[in-house]
Amino acid sequence: MTLLSIEGVSRKFGNVTALSDVSIDIQQGEFFALLGPSGCGKTTLLRILAGFETPDQGGARLDGVDLLKLAPHKRPINLMFQSYALFPHMTVAKNIAYGLERENLPRAEIKARVGEVLEKVGLDAMANRRPAQLSGGQQQRVALARAIVKRPRLLLLDEPLSALDKKVRAEMQLELKRLQNEVGITFVVVTHDQEEAMSLADRIAVMDQGKVEQVDAPVTLYERPRTYFVADFIGANNLFTGAIRGGVFSADGLGPLPSKATTADAPAALAIRPERVRLTEPTPGMVQGVVVDVSFYGGVSHIAVEVRGLGRKVLAATQGSARITPGTVVGVTWRPEDAVLIAN
Amino acid sequence: MSRGRGSILARLIFLGPGLIMLTLLAVVPMLLMLSTMFFQRGRFGGVIYEFTTANFSRLFQPLYLNVIQDSLVVAGVVTVLALLIGYPTAYAIALLPSKWKTIALLAVMLPFWTNFLIRMYAWTILLSGPGLVNETLTGIGLIDQPLELLYNRGTVVVGLLYGYLSLMILPIYSAVERLDPRLREASANLGASPVRTFFSVTLPLTLPSALIGAVLVFVPSFGNFVVPEILGGGKAIMIGNLIRDQFLKARDWPFGATIALVMILVTVVLLLAQAVVSRRTRSA
Repeated sequence: MTLLSIEGVSRKFGNVTALSDVSIDIQQGEFFALLGPSGCGKTTLLRILAGFETPDQGGARLDGVDLLKLAPHKRPINLMFQSYALFPHMTVAKNIAYGLERENLPRAEIKARVGEVLEKVGLDAMANRRPAQLSGGQQQRVALARAIVKRPRLLLLDEPLSALDKKVRAEMQLELKRLQNEVGITFVVVTHDQEEAMSLADRIAVMDQGKVEQVDAPVTLYERPRTYFVADFIGANNLFTGAIRGGVFSADGLGPLPSKATTADAPAALAIRPERVRLTEPTPGMVQGVVVDVSFYGGVSHIAVEVRGLGRKVLAATQGSARITPGTVVGVTWRPEDAVLIAN
Repeated sequence: MSRGRGSILARLIFLGPGLIMLTLLAVVPMLLMLSTMFFQRGRFGGVIYEFTTANFSRLFQPLYLNVIQDSLVVAGVVTVLALLIGYPTAYAIALLPSKWKTIALLAVMLPFWTNFLIRMYAWTILLSGPGLVNETLTGIGLIDQPLELLYNRGTVVVGLLYGYLSLMILPIYSAVERLDPRLREASANLGASPVRTFFSVTLPLTLPSALIGAVLVFVPSFGNFVVPEILGGGKAIMIGNLIRDQFLKARDWPFGATIALVMILVTVVLLLAQAVVSRRTRSA
């Protein structure tokens, strides 16, 4: 069931296009991520949903209700701010109770729900502290608790983990996922960190320069990118630009490459993941190159191969340590079905 | 330990010049002056060093208590008005686009660069019988006779308010300006109306600065003797006039020092109250 539908939203700031005709449908109970480099418009979209910005064009419906007609404080949406935006003059418990007090709930119920959510995020002992007396990770939990205690239809999270160090971040990722399962609220998280998006989200919308490039599940995004940007942005990839002619993909300056081209003649790009690249004895007609760098990462090794006529090095990944040394001349190949062709 | 001592030494070196100057030129003379309140006034001025508490009992005569009370009321009214006018002004300036912000701040500070006396005399011209205000009012037919606008307590309040309003606006402005706009957004996001957000978030977080502004306005208003003299015509006398008259006209230093002590105590109490409130509000 569609909970939120964003329909053709555009927003310009002066000459800068922040959002250009963005349409996304988000399902009830889904963990959805908006992923893209900084300045891609994802935060603007979030602010439009929360009501702090208005779009130049387009609309947004939540449960069929026109969101844009509602004042920010009347929307059944809560936002967890990137900077947390905790009220510095209130205790943790007061911060969390703030949203419930606005609903004029009975005191006993507010107290019970604040206690319940504090327990859920593991901060029962901190109820009477001020935000300034908490660590970054604890502040983040307070911000999360304050947002979910209202049981919104939709919870927006703006770069929720970016202010935390790496170890705490991994912990909080698991916790977010667990919480989302527990409370059953639809989550929309904005992030520039693809690992975060991939590990958390059911579906991801990849955005670039105000446009939605592709909306798909993480695995599909990784294995079947539909645009050059997505192929390049998500994970490591080897990209070759060229064209399809007569059912064969030819890279500029290299000639035909293994692929299963089915589309009609057109300019295209070929993407092949490093772990799918195979290095062999060079044979005539095969792409050849010289190994320039071998790095061992424990579980995997990365081998960089310099191919004549190609601007960037081809990256190959193998399991375990590589039995190849820099300077070796190798043939670079892959199974045709592993290559992804992208229309340009 | 040695590190702690070193930092104390460093602090002394930095504070030294200021401390010495304050002690020699402010604290010592003030204590000398205040010490005369335990002694008697000489027949032709000067101090006779015989212990007495008469100055204190004289202070509690209705005549003087009334002046002190009037001064407190005038300064209090000025402070409340300055807060009511200054807070919205400062709030509006802080939300202006940055280009207009500079212009508005300049407009607030501009009068400050003109001599205080000249500004007060300007008011006597504006408010006098044939002055601009009366001319305008008779001109548009609102009144037949010029109003008596000068030389009453209301005029003193207007003059003090005009003189010290910017001391209220500037600290509040900087507090609103520094306030993270995300806090207001967070409040709205949690379901608070704009009015609720103002009273629950914006006001409590800018209150310490408003109190600083209140002290900055109250203290010089309370002790002022120029404005009551020029705009009050000497009829609306305040504690500042009383002190000045004891020292310069009656040549009664002991009693002058006694009244001055009242003023200093009121100021100290206000500063302490302000410090307590702002410490409590600040995230400890």
